[in-house]
Amino acid sequence: MDYKKAGLIAGIEIHQQLDTAEKLFCHCPTTLRETTEHAGEFSRFLRATVSEMGEIDRAAKEEMKRDRRFQYYTYDTTCLVENDEEPPAPINDEALSVCLTIGKMFGMTPVPQVHTMRKLVIDGSNTSGFQRTALVALNGTLPNGGEIETICLEEEAAQRVKDEVFSLDRLGIPLVEITTSPCMHTPEEVQKMAEYIGMVLRSTGKVKRGIGTIRQDVNISIAQGARVEIKGVQELDLIAEVVRREVQRQQSLLAIRDELKGRGASVDTASAQDITVLFRDTKSTVLKKAKKIHAIVLKGFAGLVGREIQPERRLGSEMSDYAKKCGVGGIFHTDELPAYGVTTEEVATLKAHMKAGEADCVIIVAGASEKQAACAIGQVVTRAAIALSDKPVPEETRKMLETGSTAYMRPLPGAARMYPETDVLPVIISDARWKAVSIPELLTARADRYAKEYQIDLPYALQLAGSEKLPLFERAIREGIKPKLAAFTILSTVTELRRDGVDVRKISDDAYLATWHAVEKGQAAKEAIPELFRSIAAGNSFEESLKKLAPQVSREELEAIVRKILADRSDFIAQKGRAALGPLMGVVMAEVRGSVDGKLVSEVLKTEIDRALEPK
Amino acid sequence: MAVVKLGSGYNIGVPPGVCTFVERPAPAAIKPVDVKQDSSLPNLSIVSTGGTIASRIDYRTGSVTSQFNASDILVAIPELAEIANYRTIPLATILSENMTPAIWQELARAIHEEIKGGAKGIIVTHGTDTMAYSAAAISFMIDTPVPILFVGSQRSADRPSSDNAMNAVCAAAAATSDLGEVAVVMHASTNDDHCAIHRGTRVRKMHTSRRDAFRSLGIPPIGTVEYPSRTVTLAPDAVRRGTHKLALHDKLEPHCALVQFFPGMSPDILKAFEGYKGLVISGTGLGHTSTTLIPQLRRFTDAGTLVVMTSQCMNGRVCDRVYDTGRDLLDAGVIEGGDMLPEAALVKMMWVLGNEKDTKKAKVLMQSDLKGECNRRSAHGL
Repeated sequence: MDYKKAGLIAGIEIHQQLDTAEKLFCHCPTTLRETTEHAGEFSRFLRATVSEMGEIDRAAKEEMKRDRRFQYYTYDTTCLVENDEEPPAPINDEALSVCLTIGKMFGMTPVPQVHTMRKLVIDGSNTSGFQRTALVALNGTLPNGGEIETICLEEEAAQRVKDEVFSLDRLGIPLVEITTSPCMHTPEEVQKMAEYIGMVLRSTGKVKRGIGTIRQDVNISIAQGARVEIKGVQELDLIAEVVRREVQRQQSLLAIRDELKGRGASVDTASAQDITVLFRDTKSTVLKKAKKIHAIVLKGFAGLVGREIQPERRLGSEMSDYAKKCGVGGIFHTDELPAYGVTTEEVATLKAHMKAGEADCVIIVAGASEKQAACAIGQVVTRAAIALSDKPVPEETRKMLETGSTAYMRPLPGAARMYPETDVLPVIISDARWKAVSIPELLTARADRYAKEYQIDLPYALQLAGSEKLPLFERAIREGIKPKLAAFTILSTVTELRRDGVDVRKISDDAYLATWHAVEKGQAAKEAIPELFRSIAAGNSFEESLKKLAPQVSREELEAIVRKILADRSDFIAQKGRAALGPLMGVVMAEVRGSVDGKLVSEVLKTEIDRALEPK
Repeated sequence: MAVVKLGSGYNIGVPPGVCTFVERPAPAAIKPVDVKQDSSLPNLSIVSTGGTIASRIDYRTGSVTSQFNASDILVAIPELAEIANYRTIPLATILSENMTPAIWQELARAIHEEIKGGAKGIIVTHGTDTMAYSAAAISFMIDTPVPILFVGSQRSADRPSSDNAMNAVCAAAAATSDLGEVAVVMHASTNDDHCAIHRGTRVRKMHTSRRDAFRSLGIPPIGTVEYPSRTVTLAPDAVRRGTHKLALHDKLEPHCALVQFFPGMSPDILKAFEGYKGLVISGTGLGHTSTTLIPQLRRFTDAGTLVVMTSQCMNGRVCDRVYDTGRDLLDAGVIEGGDMLPEAALVKMMWVLGNEKDTKKAKVLMQSDLKGECNRRSAHGL
């Protein structure tokens, strides 16, 4: 694919959670919880409100097509602010500082005064019906010569548990949103820039780590296509694929439009009608359950509604996504029928009833009410008309599906969704504050330094710099632990244990450090670390584990143990001489259960073997 | 700082010096919205005192919108049109902390006119801070055959999660119900599932910000309205529609005060109220002040000031016959306020002293139950 020729233009928005002590607009901790731990529930409705310019945002209007009651889980770590029952606290200054640091790292200019806004979001993910967000800095640069347009400080939305149920633990965690200009032209470039920005963010040491803590939105358009925002790409490795598939989708929609035009296709709105009676005795469970079934003829659309536009997605899927906004489960179209319990005879009856010809496609929707079915048909008409129009790729917000294809979410929001947050006072960023912001070392530079200062191989050092355990490594160095010991444990020992099914998350940083100190002091052998960690991960304290696995053995006790082992194997010693050392190392180590350093064991063993070999 | 709105919708503040005047846009015409009202539905009147039912920032007109007419409200809350026909009376545009007894009187007269004109129910939109005072004032000033419902919102109307719409819809449903007294209709819990109907003289704002801040004290709520079904359920002792004949008694004595006693309070503070016609004390426990205040209170009663004791406990009844201090207070001429809420007692005192000049009779009225403010029996616990 020649992406240049295709006119690919892409930009990204990166959302990164910050690892601050408190949330952005209240004093709750930024701790994620298990939904089973929820302490209470409440329910709310949301309705779109007009912007300060007097308009209702188009994305919000779309969400209003359904009356939805949202359910929220509360915890002993959430408060009335998350419940939208208390005005917000002043913006979290720690989060603002991190945001300024990131801004400075990208060479940005801070705004003189930060104003918090309400971004209208009425899909239920915010109890208030808006997400608080503030523009903090502008105009940064990227290594590819592209631009970072803005950095905003936002509150994280609530996590959807299922359907209309949301969990409030995540709501309000500070988030930075970094928006690049549309400065990328190949799928690989998009991925590379996302990686770079992620690395810069992690360099601050103040961002949350792990799945879901960073999300990428990708803005993509091609020549003749339209700007589409794909939300929630959580895995970096998928970004390039998402871009490739979106290019494919937009090109397919353009091709379908040309074909429809060639066929003289049209949307026959007059054909829309109630056809519930036709399916009175159907075997299709979906249609049987429906209170009202409506249908419409799309003239000249046959074969194109069912044509794949990206893997597992068809024009029909797009229509279905639109129809779902009315609350229906989806649509049926004659390109895919007979199927889903609908028989050949039923399709024939339907086509005859709708007066649909060979070249036409009939769309059916099954609704719980007349209003719902009519709403869904209206949505199908809207989407089909777009497919035929001069702009067959609609400007949309889409969500990523598992494999990298996407589904329609809502129209692209406009500026009308912004409203000032009147409950939060603006904050002045003084020159003095900006000047005092210090730029942390980039992780790539840090890896170079580790390689040089601690003689760690560069690939290893890069891995360490990118690791979630980097703060632990730094702490270990400060506490005098040998860098290689810490690095080896973090990168190698723990990885092996994890692969072995050990829940290494249960090992606290304090337990790591206690273990290393024990090794440095000779209370435990390096070789005992995996066993100690297994024990700690199983729920034992470090002290218990050490006592059990590495009992204190003095030099005298060690010598006594070695002498006993040698006495039991006197024939073997006599036969092997000094070569008995190797085989006996393992025997002694097993006896002292790893609580003595291998070097010492070897030394004592050697002395004792020599003594045993001495002529009596 | 000057506020600049960027194309993205974000606002930022910049020093005014860096801004250049380009042009002032012509104010955009406000589009009139056509709202259909169904004449077969009951007629209700909405009296606005500056509540936030349909308010918002409007940069084009340069201020908070204060247009208040039926179409504004119906555009904001379309479900209301399914319940009734509305006449709207913009009485005031104030924050409720700026409410005065003089405005209560204007409000009473406006409501009286509407009921006389045939309104089947009245909705008063009101700021929540002093809504309970106003509801009590209207309770005393109007004998009403129809429901008069105070409604407001705890969370501003310009947020999608505002409680304004549900509260207004529930108030409208209650206004068309069989109720026949003054009440407050607000969220009953944090959920958007039902509103409570509270008697105007027994209601109190008990939380600074929660939706369910309003609570009935001393009695349970007199009814509920389910949402979104709008089903109204009235308690057996809620006053029913048509029980009372319409009458307006709009006189109030403004020289009355409510004083909260605190440990160590100086009698000098009380001296500031010299010349007042009436004083409600919010005392401690069963209804006490320190002994040091009693001589000053005696001077008041000797001079003809009516002094009524209520309790800071909010729940329960005053009894000044248990301890020495209480007996000394009674001896000084202070009268017990029963289980009246301190604010309701203040408003009642204004009304009683406005309408009854005979102190003896006024004392009897203060201790009688006029509008459900003073229960003879403490039937309900905390």
